[in-house]
Amino acid sequence: MGKQKLILIGNGMAGVRAIEEILKLLPDQFDITVFGKEPYPNYNRIQLSKVLQGDTEISDITINEWEWYEENNIRLYPGETVTTINKKEKFVETDKGRKEEYDYLIIATGSNPFMIPLPGVDKEGVTAFRDIKDCEKMIEYSNKYKRAAVIGGGLLGLEAARGLLNLGMEVDVIHISDYLMERQLDKAAGKLLQKELEAQGMKFLLEKETVEITGKNRVTGLKFKDGGKIPADLVVMAVGIKPNVQLAADNGIEVNRGIVVNDYMETSEANIFAVGECAEHDQMVYGLVAPLYEQGQALAKRICGMNHQGYKGSVLSTQLKVSGVDVFSTGQINETNVTKSIKVFDEWRGTYKKILVEDEKITGAVLFGDTQEGNRLLSLIKQKANIEEYLESESSEDSGESLVASMSDEELICGCNGVTKGTIVEAINAKGLSTVDEVKGATNASRSCGTCKSLVSDLLEHTLGDAFEADQKESICTCTELSRDEVIAEIKEKGLTHTREVMHVLEWKTEEGCSKCKPALNYYLGMVNPTEYEDEKESRFVNERMHANIQNNGTYSVVPRMYGGVTNSDDLRKIADVADKYEVGMIKLTGGQRIDLLGVKKEDLPSVWKDLDMPSGHAYAKSVRTVKTCVGANFCRFGTQDSVGMGIQIEKKFEGLNTPHKVKMGVSACPRNCAEGGVKDVGVIGLDGTWEIHVGGNGGTELRQAELLTKVKTEEEVLEYIGAYLQYYRENAKYLERTSAWVERVGIAHVQEVVEDQFLRNELNERLDEALSVYKEPWNETNNDETVLKDLFEKVHATAISK
Amino acid sequence: MENTLRKVFIGKVDEMPLRLGKTIVIDDKEIAVFKLANGDIRAIQNRCPHKGGVLAEGMVSGEHVFCPMHDWKISIVDGQVQAPDEGCVETYKVEVDQNNVYINLAN
Ligand code: SRM
Ligand SMILES: Cc1cc2nc3c(=O)[nH]c(=O)nc-3n(C[C@H](O)[C@H](O)[C@H](O)COP(=O)(O)OP(=O)(O)OC[C@H]3O[C@@H](n4cnc5c(N)ncnc54)[C@H](O)[C@@H]3O)c2cc1C
Ligand code: SF4
Ligand code: FES
Repeated sequence: MGKQKLILIGNGMAGVRAIEEILKLLPDQFDITVFGKEPYPNYNRIQLSKVLQGDTEISDITINEWEWYEENNIRLYPGETVTTINKKEKFVETDKGRKEEYDYLIIATGSNPFMIPLPGVDKEGVTAFRDIKDCEKMIEYSNKYKRAAVIGGGLLGLEAARGLLNLGMEVDVIHISDYLMERQLDKAAGKLLQKELEAQGMKFLLEKETVEITGKNRVTGLKFKDGGKIPADLVVMAVGIKPNVQLAADNGIEVNRGIVVNDYMETSEANIFAVGECAEHDQMVYGLVAPLYEQGQALAKRICGMNHQGYKGSVLSTQLKVSGVDVFSTGQINETNVTKSIKVFDEWRGTYKKILVEDEKITGAVLFGDTQEGNRLLSLIKQKANIEEYLESESSEDSGESLVASMSDEELICGCNGVTKGTIVEAINAKGLSTVDEVKGATNASRSCGTCKSLVSDLLEHTLGDAFEADQKESICTCTELSRDEVIAEIKEKGLTHTREVMHVLEWKTEEGCSKCKPALNYYLGMVNPTEYEDEKESRFVNERMHANIQNNGTYSVVPRMYGGVTNSDDLRKIADVADKYEVGMIKLTGGQRIDLLGVKKEDLPSVWKDLDMPSGHAYAKSVRTVKTCVGANFCRFGTQDSVGMGIQIEKKFEGLNTPHKVKMGVSACPRNCAEGGVKDVGVIGLDGTWEIHVGGNGGTELRQAELLTKVKTEEEVLEYIGAYLQYYRENAKYLERTSAWVERVGIAHVQEVVEDQFLRNELNERLDEALSVYKEPWNETNNDETVLKDLFEKVHATAISK
Repeated sequence: MENTLRKVFIGKVDEMPLRLGKTIVIDDKEIAVFKLANGDIRAIQNRCPHKGGVLAEGMVSGEHVFCPMHDWKISIVDGQVQAPDEGCVETYKVEVDQNNVYINLAN
């Protein structure tokens, strides 16, 4: 028997997914033909929003490449519309006169955008937002014109409006209701959303009904029922969609709002199926991919003759894809007299959460600002879970466990494709997956709207533990697509020697980089080649170029080195004299146990340094900053070790080391930890006969407690372990990544493994010593270099000669 | 309005640091002068329109300078602040005569 002939009408998201499901079940059963009106392979319609917003290119949104059709022996007729279905003789005909026979026919013609039949709707400059063509039209208009009006303040309208803003247009959104997205949000969330979008520059005309699109051939504006008017060069109509049923209706297939189907997606006619937005199941027509994909599974099982409970309808959830705005809603949205609600409104952080409960079951939720919980709430609704279950898991989250860790295996990670945590974990383990892209390929998770990517990433991290490397491909900045690791590999391989050469050879998109990549490259080049690389002054941020911290009025501050926070009367006297001589604005004790002279003029810096005759404290540098110490065993009644002596040794050894970000240390002589080692990049604690070394702490923007790296016996070992740790950090962290973020990313266990290995530890220390060998005290060096003094510190006072 | 120009000598071409700014003071005006990678010498007001940052100390990339205070990106050629930020700084005409650099100031 020859293969059975299967025809798909509509090369869109639902139809092609159904074919994929069939191929998964019976790869060789059917001879498949696909007709698609649009001239492209199957693409991700959802991502059109991101294309318009500039986050993605049209070329990147293809779901199934041309090769996919070839590999699966599918005959694809792009740009060809089916015009007739002859159900008696079982063939279809197209607008190009082609005739194809079928044994099975799938109709997946999607929807058409609904265009309100206003006077003027057919003018040039009026468009829908549905396909690539519309998207291209909007981009084209944005190049020529200034003002856009979007009719419709729902999901699609707002995404279009955001895109047009990004394209540089002024955007008015006209909405008929009194708040935005009223079908998906309650009024509170709708108003919060409006505030947020207004802050982004969108303008709203609420409770407005458009009655006419004005203009001659091309649109020039809108008129409203209340008599108001606005000018507009582009009108985007985003008021809803209408199932595309014409073809089915014309050919005697039963149609209501959509093409009527049963639980197996069968239409009124034998061997003809319908799936996607054109289908109507149980009086529901869906406009989101999650239900359409579930329908595709039911259809595939049926065509392949396998048992299945059939499609039973879907609980919907929506998410808005506008950067900087997180909105999620699912199930029931508005309270009734039998519901109870849990509401949390945090005006400070701008988050809002409402969960509706009926008979102890969760029936709906609206989230604004923080939507992490969205998919889990959706799955709890689907499971008809008790509200207590949710509340319990929520309190365990507060105890610090990550969200994915506390989810059960049945809970959904990807709402669009219905992929659960269990499925993903199983695939990660069974197939050895390690990147979000691999998980996407194997399970479909994050293949559609993409909002669950961060959850998938968390889950990878949770499942793989230390083996996971987050941010697997993060480019250095927008001047290049290359990541830190790739750039460093190229520097090594090609022997690149200065920043401009890197930019040139690696085809930077900008000629001379930007304020992000220049200093990063300067650091990487120096890290790779410490003895040969010549540091570039012009690639240094002002503070590091001037060896002082610039202040809001253009003056600088000067912090001399005070090893271990210890000073003496001579130094104090010098500081006092300098402060008087140069009339500094303020003398201040710093949080790093030193003295700061603030308000020094740029041109005075070199002489201030000369008069001080103390080494630079590097208070401005991505380098070792302070080593704070406590009083220690020589004076303190609890002290067990000489913390001051240890701290001074550490500071003298590592002084001037270039690091990806600043490094702060503390040494205390007992667990009371008066030098605050728990929030330092390196925190050393002396105990009776041992030293503990803690690493990865941070007391700044993101507090992080340091973790124990190791315990050692001698002061030499303290230096040796800190040395290995710092060098490993230098070689592996991204520029501007503090040790806290780096340790968090790679895991303390991994760092321990490396530094505990004697061979590696020795090698790291050797490379560290090499890097330290080229250090020159910068203040003194500057004072000995006439060119630098002139280039950087001189202010030219010029006088006019009249012409 | 009287349209006289004042021509002010500010230094030698080969003594200007490449890809760096230099602070020039003329009367009560502070001017940031840059020698760009292509050798052009340009002059703009040494005061960022955001919060008055000294642009002479900014990082230079091609024809732009990044303000050292909060990283606004400003064109050294036409003085325009680059999106998403907005504003502009004054630019001054630079005249190079052999090795001498002058700024022309309108009176
Ligand atoms: C002078 C000092 C404040 C004081 O008067 O005490 C200070 C002043 C500045 N700090 Fe700090 N920090 C000072 C101790 C700290 C501390 C406490 C400490 O070191 O024990 C912290 C928190 C601990 C930490 O870093 O883990 C701290 C966390 C920060 C941060 C946030 C770093 C982070 O990773 O979150 C920044 C921003 C940055 O570096 O990107 C910062 C940046 C700055 C800069 C350099 C801002 C800048 O980039 O221009 C400030 C310069 C002001 C000026 O006009 O001179 N400063 N800063 C302290 C100098 C210590 C020293 O002797 O060198
Ligand atoms: C901008 C935008 C953003 C969206 N965002 C989301 C989102 O975040 N989440 C979500 O779940 N959904 C979203 N959607 C909706 C989602 O894209 C649709 O639900 C989904 O694409 C519907 O799939 P479908 O296959 O039924 O229809 P379609 O993808 O429209 O496919 C139907 C195809 O059939 C073709 N066709 C029609 N008639 C014929 C014929 N006679 N012969 C041949 N070919 C024909 C059409 O040209 C079309 O290519 C969004 C939609 C848009 C436009
Ligand atoms: S906390 Fe630090 S960075 Fe912030 S204002 Fe004070 S000194 Fe400046
Ligand atoms: S002062 Fe220039 S960016 Fe703020």
